[in-house]
Amino acid sequence: MKERGLWFLFLVAGLVVLPLLAVHMAVMHLDGTLAVGNPSGGHPIDWANVMARGRSMAFALTYPLLLGAALFHGFYGLRSILFELGPAAGIKKAISLLLLLAGLTLFVYGSWAAITAHQLALRGTP
Amino acid sequence: MSGKTITFRVRRFTPGVDPTPRWQDYRIEALPGMTVLDGLWKIKETAEPGLAWRYSCRMGICGSCGMMINGRPCLACNTQIAELGSELVTVAPLPNFDILRDLVPDLQSMFAAHRNLAPWIIREDGRETEDPTVEYWQSPHELEQYLQFSYCIKCGCCMAACPTLAADPTYSGPQPLAQAHRYNTDTRDAGFGARRAVLSGEAGPWGCHFAGECSQVCPKGVDPARAIQLMKRQLVLDLLHLRRGHAPAPLISIPKEVRRRDGVTDAPPRTVRT
Repeated sequence: MKERGLWFLFLVAGLVVLPLLAVHMAVMHLDGTLAVGNPSGGHPIDWANVMARGRSMAFALTYPLLLGAALFHGFYGLRSILFELGPAAGIKKAISLLLLLAGLTLFVYGSWAAITAHQLALRGTP
Repeated sequence: MSGKTITFRVRRFTPGVDPTPRWQDYRIEALPGMTVLDGLWKIKETAEPGLAWRYSCRMGICGSCGMMINGRPCLACNTQIAELGSELVTVAPLPNFDILRDLVPDLQSMFAAHRNLAPWIIREDGRETEDPTVEYWQSPHELEQYLQFSYCIKCGCCMAACPTLAADPTYSGPQPLAQAHRYNTDTRDAGFGARRAVLSGEAGPWGCHFAGECSQVCPKGVDPARAIQLMKRQLVLDLLHLRRGHAPAPLISIPKEVRRRDGVTDAPPRTVRT
């Protein structure tokens, strides 16, 4: 894809990240203040809380969405920084490929975890 | 008229002779109204005949004497020594360019990037463009959309101030990009599609971090940073097929009821043949 398309996706990813990151912060890091998304109390990553969120289709969908948008936004920014170090054209291609593979791997792994948590929660498996 | 004695610290470099650039100090008497360009002339006439720089018009029009003056890209002819408010004036060639000698930058990279973006009117009726019979119709409002960008004198100050260009030589830089926007916005032009291929790639405006230094240093008040942001918007709207283009400005009809006044001679014959 040409730079124009990548830059546009970078903007879109930023817009997607903004509200979802706010929700993520509220649930995972401001639990003591806002107390949202953690019905069982305690720590946000306690099993009961994870399963409670896992039952929610909204969380199941927005986890991969936030992950994908954050990965693209972050890795595109990293690519821009690396490109400004003045690498040769071949190195640039290698950097793009490496970041694409790393991003896809992390996205697949993270999405698998989110989907698995959703399935476990629906089945009620402890 | 007596002036104040000040120090000019000038960057000297002759490729093939000097291993690295070096600073050299010259003491001159700065008279009221003296510009940095005048100061360089004073040095050349009294102390260092071999000092090299580029200049032509001496009035901020030709864009030849762009150089770093006290750490800021400026036109030497446009900068009064008194306004610098310092007894030490440092003068160096514009960064982000190779140095030909002393204060003379090699602007070829800027001109090549500029040419690469086709900074001229592109129309289907090329014959009329090359050999005009009448004029194109353009409203004052349409003129306003690109007028300030057309004041560019290609001095290279914006290129020297650009942090992105300093790091990424594949980036076209503010001068060529602002000029591409100037022509894309001109209603007489229909060349957006021709420039799009280059602008959509690495040479396009995507590396711009909007530092805005290009606009800060422009001696003609052009705002290349604004042009680049407007161009990004146009290119993204084009990607989404939402860009509202403009029809090429029509030709005005030849007035039939106008008569040449007595005593007004015909225009001289063209000196350029196409």
